[in-house]
Amino acid sequence: MPLTNSNRKASNVQKLPGLKSTKAASKKKDEEEGVDAGDVLDEWSHGKALIKPTDQLELTDAELKEEITRILTANNPHAPQNIVRYSFKERSYKLTSAVDQLAVHFVLEGGLLHQDSDEAQRLRAKDSLPEETTTVDTGAEVEEEKPETPATPVDDGGEAEEDRPDSVASKTNKKEPKLTNQFNFSERASQTLNNPLRERSCQTEPPPRNNFSATANQWEIYDAYVHELQKQEKNKEKQKSALSKKDEKSKKKMMLMETQGDDITKVGKAAKIFERMVNQNTLDDIAQDFKYFEDASDEFRDQEGTLLTLWKFQYDKAKRMTVTALCWNMKHQDLFAVGMGSYDFSKQGCGMLVFYSLKNSAFPEYLYPTSSGVLCLDIHEQHSYLVAAGFYDGCVAVYNLKEEGLEPVYKSTAKTGKHTDPVWQVRWQNDDMDNNHNFYSVSSDGRIVSWTLVKNELVFTDIITLILNGTVSEGPDGVQQPSIACGTSFDFHKQIDYLFLVGTEEGKIHKCSKNYSSQFLETYNAHSMAVDAVKWNHFHPQVFISCSSDWTVKIWDHTINSPMFIFDLNAVVGDVSWSPYSSTVFAAVTRDGTVHVFDLNINKYEAICQQQVVSKKKTRLTHIEFNPIYPIIIVGNDRGSVTSFKLSPNLRRTPKAKKGQELPKGPEVEIAKMEKLLSLLREPEPSTV
Amino acid sequence: MAGTGEGKKEEADYKRLHSFPLIRHTDMPEEMRVETMELCVTACEKFATNNESAAKMIKESMDKKFGSSWHVVIGEGFGFEVTHEVKNLLYMFFGGSLAVCVWKCS
Repeated sequence: MPLTNSNRKASNVQKLPGLKSTKAASKKKDEEEGVDAGDVLDEWSHGKALIKPTDQLELTDAELKEEITRILTANNPHAPQNIVRYSFKERSYKLTSAVDQLAVHFVLEGGLLHQDSDEAQRLRAKDSLPEETTTVDTGAEVEEEKPETPATPVDDGGEAEEDRPDSVASKTNKKEPKLTNQFNFSERASQTLNNPLRERSCQTEPPPRNNFSATANQWEIYDAYVHELQKQEKNKEKQKSALSKKDEKSKKKMMLMETQGDDITKVGKAAKIFERMVNQNTLDDIAQDFKYFEDASDEFRDQEGTLLTLWKFQYDKAKRMTVTALCWNMKHQDLFAVGMGSYDFSKQGCGMLVFYSLKNSAFPEYLYPTSSGVLCLDIHEQHSYLVAAGFYDGCVAVYNLKEEGLEPVYKSTAKTGKHTDPVWQVRWQNDDMDNNHNFYSVSSDGRIVSWTLVKNELVFTDIITLILNGTVSEGPDGVQQPSIACGTSFDFHKQIDYLFLVGTEEGKIHKCSKNYSSQFLETYNAHSMAVDAVKWNHFHPQVFISCSSDWTVKIWDHTINSPMFIFDLNAVVGDVSWSPYSSTVFAAVTRDGTVHVFDLNINKYEAICQQQVVSKKKTRLTHIEFNPIYPIIIVGNDRGSVTSFKLSPNLRRTPKAKKGQELPKGPEVEIAKMEKLLSLLREPEPSTV
Repeated sequence: MAGTGEGKKEEADYKRLHSFPLIRHTDMPEEMRVETMELCVTACEKFATNNESAAKMIKESMDKKFGSSWHVVIGEGFGFEVTHEVKNLLYMFFGGSLAVCVWKCS
């Protein structure tokens, strides 16, 4: 109680200056003078009005003077003494000694301002009150006093006074823009345009559903199992009976399957058959022509015949190469080999060995790319899988069609007697005494070499070296060397084993023997330019044919030094070939794209067929070959393609059989036919000589 | 005695013969069918005495393998009519006395 009393006193003291003194206040003042003695207090507290609570005890002076001793301690009697906290350090609950002893009973924030402080200045400026009123406390406390104090009219006056300065302040406000008019304001706002909303939705189709219902119970399950078991037993019996029947068949099949192998080759074979079927279907008309077409107009022509174009064989990768060699396979008469290379000295590059079948003109049967251009090739007559080839770089090689891989099985090297110049012709010979396969080759370096296939190597033997008669060239160190003739072609006699002919670049043809390596049996001054081909007749043992770049084709009797026939074809003759069915028929190709077919028996002076088969400007024909049994020829050109032609009936005419008279057939007839022609020519010759 | 012995023998035979899983109805593709069937067999063998656990195992495995909302019913006798997603139903018998129905419907 004394504490609160003193508080109140203090607050009263502050209010005193603002209030007028009253009599009631002076009474209280007297009471209090006893407690707080002091002249100074007396002086200023004379206008004080004490407020006494109504329920205050009325004590006598003696009671009031009684001293009551009370010791104030810092302990809070209400604070708990037994606070326990868990200590993680000691893992147990511990009594905490530190208890908060502070108790707050009453808090009042003061509203006093120092009169020199900024805040007071501002307030004063605002209210523009005289200095005495600056110490006026908050309005709430003033009003608290109002009902008890008689000074209310004065207070009212104060308020009136306060109003007046307000109006003054409103006038002065114009000068101070800091204070805004609280009642005259306008709020401003704007709203941007909202983007229009759009609703979009999609729904997928729900996964399809089904209903299923069944009942499961023991007897159903049992029935199902029994049924299933019965079914299985039946199946087993069936299989057993079927197995016993099929056993042998399936075993056989299995054997077949196993022998065929399971790799891609099986598919390859099927694919090959299919390819042929497709080609046969698409080119059905050509196949029909090949088999059945006979040119009916031949009957109305006297002697001439025509060529009918059949298949054209072309391989994309060999488009830029020249066909340098053609050779039919003697065993499989629909198969032929094509050598690809180039005759142009400045355009040498890769070559290719390609095998086509008449049954499939779309793609080669075999394909061997080579590093150097192929110039010649020959297929072994008996062993049709062996193919000899000669290259521009002087090599000779042997390919085996049976073996897989693109490399030759034999190839000559610089060590093993390789030619130093292009190899112009190769030709298989009969097996030697040890049954080794062997072949001959002729090259521009003047050598004719025999090659023998021994186990896994190629053994060479020089047969003859072509020497130019009478001319001698000087070597670099003054040694005189006979200058060498360049062989360009050769052919072996069909019956006389040792006899063979060699055509040279100088235009001479030499008749040689395998037994004499140093000299020629005969030399014919055949042509004025390189001899492109020289070939014995298939039937007559004495006759051979030669062609040359000097536009001529000549037919010779090897026993006579001058040609029997000379044909000028008005263009470089690339190749000439005897027909396999008649001793008097041959065909030649010229560079201007024409095929010439002659039958001496019918016309000794002119070709019975001269047909241009390719355009003159673009393409040159290089080689020609007769099929051994079918009446067709194949012609190669310098654009890598080979074309096959069918000979019309006039070109393969045989004497007509009369009734009741059987015409003799066979080689004898053909020989006789040729002999008859020759005899005609021979007779006048001695007379002229 | 002989009769009971025979009966026991028959029962054993039945158990032995009818132990294989027998698919009564399914529209699942081959691969899924085989997998589900194997799963059912595994679960029923693992929890031979507790069909609930077996069903739970099948359901959870199927949810993992083929996407959620599979339902499995295993029991010796029950009837049902369910709506299932096409190609997601398997109804099979197993072990001679159990019927298992597995279907998907989300």
